[in-house]
Amino acid sequence: MSLLDVRDLSVVFQRRGERPFNAVDKVSFTVEPGQTVGLVGESGCGKSVTSLAIMGLLPKRGNKVSGEVLFDGADLLKLRPGDMRDRRGRDIGMIFQDPLSSLNPVIPIGVQVAEVLERHQGRDRKQALREARDLLDAVGIPDPQRRLSEYPHQISGGMRQRALIAIALACKPRLLIADEPTTALDVTIQAQILTLLKQLVDESGTALIMITHDLGVVAGLCDTVNVLYGGKVIERARRHELFAHARHPYTHGLLNSVPRLDSPRGERLHAIRGSVADNIPWTEGCAFAPRCDNVVDACLEGPPPLEPTATGGDLRCNNPVSEEVAAR
Amino acid sequence: MLRVIVRRLLQLVVTLIALSALIFVWLRNLPGGPVDALLGERATPETRALLTKALGYDQPILVQYGKFMQRILTGDFGNSIRTGDPVTEVISRAFPATVELALTAMLIAVGLGVPLGYLAARWRGRLLDHLTVVGTLLGVSIPIFFLGYLLKDVFTQNIHWFPPSGRVSIGLDNTNITGFFVLDSLLTREFDATADALWHLILPAFTLATIPLAVIVRMTRASVLDVLNEDYVRTAEAKGLRQRTVRGRHILRNALLPVVTTIGLQTGALLSGAVLTEKVYNWGGLGTLITDSITGSRDYPILQALILLSALVFVVVNLVVDLSYAFIDPRVRVR
Repeated sequence: MSLLDVRDLSVVFQRRGERPFNAVDKVSFTVEPGQTVGLVGESGCGKSVTSLAIMGLLPKRGNKVSGEVLFDGADLLKLRPGDMRDRRGRDIGMIFQDPLSSLNPVIPIGVQVAEVLERHQGRDRKQALREARDLLDAVGIPDPQRRLSEYPHQISGGMRQRALIAIALACKPRLLIADEPTTALDVTIQAQILTLLKQLVDESGTALIMITHDLGVVAGLCDTVNVLYGGKVIERARRHELFAHARHPYTHGLLNSVPRLDSPRGERLHAIRGSVADNIPWTEGCAFAPRCDNVVDACLEGPPPLEPTATGGDLRCNNPVSEEVAAR
Repeated sequence: MLRVIVRRLLQLVVTLIALSALIFVWLRNLPGGPVDALLGERATPETRALLTKALGYDQPILVQYGKFMQRILTGDFGNSIRTGDPVTEVISRAFPATVELALTAMLIAVGLGVPLGYLAARWRGRLLDHLTVVGTLLGVSIPIFFLGYLLKDVFTQNIHWFPPSGRVSIGLDNTNITGFFVLDSLLTREFDATADALWHLILPAFTLATIPLAVIVRMTRASVLDVLNEDYVRTAEAKGLRQRTVRGRHILRNALLPVVTTIGLQTGALLSGAVLTEKVYNWGGLGTLITDSITGSRDYPILQALILLSALVFVVVNLVVDLSYAFIDPRVRVR
């Protein structure tokens, strides 16, 4: 049994007086114990909303979540709020994008780490702080004893993200969700944080869902990659398959738009034309069709189905990039 | 920190000196004056001249001011023109009454305002929230003197729940130690007097509390709504913390930072409300003293001291708020 089995997860945002917006549209994927799974896509493709829906952290009002999120066989969407509270932080940890705003500005770092241990492991404050110090040490924060009493504004951005990782991993959860954990950091710090995450996940056997728009992050970390577009999974492949031959024109375009050291000098970088604003609704065809170079008539006649590929992945495309072109 | 306090106190001294000069000149340029007030319209020029000379108002204003400042340095604010009592004595008799009233009003405003504002934010868009928004709008817009007479009429004339005026019932033999009647009666264990003092206190305190209450409710509500959307609240939820912990430690603590500033400012502004409230309920405090000293006799010495005292209270309250900020918000360094 998979650790996490997301089935037909949909999130519809509905505000009074506005048309409902389908942010996540029947997304399905699985995470095996210890596996690292990527959710990749551009802003607004539904990757963060997916993760918040799994955690049960979407606002209580103004949205409708449907489908199933099976964690160890139990549907998280059907849990009572109190039971979900028991699982968050204990079974599933989460790291967010902006480490400064994600830490409480008026509470010392030590307490922010310790409170999760007090909540789930029944530690008292003193013992929890001792363990918090060890956790800060484990995530590579220098002089952890001193940091316990310091406030978020007193430490650097990289250290803040390390502290958040310590919080998320404090109770040794079986699943960690990282929502763009390096976006707000310098490039050099990004690499350090990713290395740290990889090391911690490997050591503890924690499964990881990596949410990112950065294909470099995917290349370094993920076993399996789900590419999202307009709230749907459009391509799923093992990491090497995806980088070797991405079949969906969108994924292919994304990979081609990454500058490469071995490309001839003076060659122009490929760009995907248009923007997300050009999307058509999935009910009318493929959302990516207006921006697609491979568009055919079938693309505007209804949503293409997600179908298995020869290489063991899945693909939602009527006219995928040919194997030869993709392999180039 | 100590250096900051010392510097702020020095600034305070300068402010007070400048203010004293201003008041001194300004009061003496108001139409009418103690001589007219004491002698009435039909006094002969001779008596006027005599009294003016006796009070020292015939001297150049600079000389008068110099003498005034000289006496202040020895703690002598002069004597009341009307009664002849030393100003310090008159004021220290009235001061506890006003402080008691103002503190009770602030207790009501904070004690009701913060929970109400918090609940309104939590139940945004529901009935309580709408009621709060409308209620606070009324609270800040209804003039105190109007509300005061309204409450007085309803609660003391129509239904006799509260006494109409004064600080204690006539004939009640309460011991006076500090001048704070509630505190005094508690100290001497005269609990019937405590109940009586509280009973007299409730209506005036509520009247005086309306504006700060409304402002604090609005501030708390807005601030909690801001904090609810903060990323660190989401982090707290992602940790699976109990709702109580998320609300108390993560939401309310941050939301109250701006409310503290508001509380400070409102406390400073309370004196102006106290003047009207005390008038309505015949509360023998500083407010009553100010109105009596202006309308009755243009009692220059009393007025000068009272205005300086209000300024002093205002500045000190603000200093306390600024300093307290450094304790409750670790990001703030007091400079």
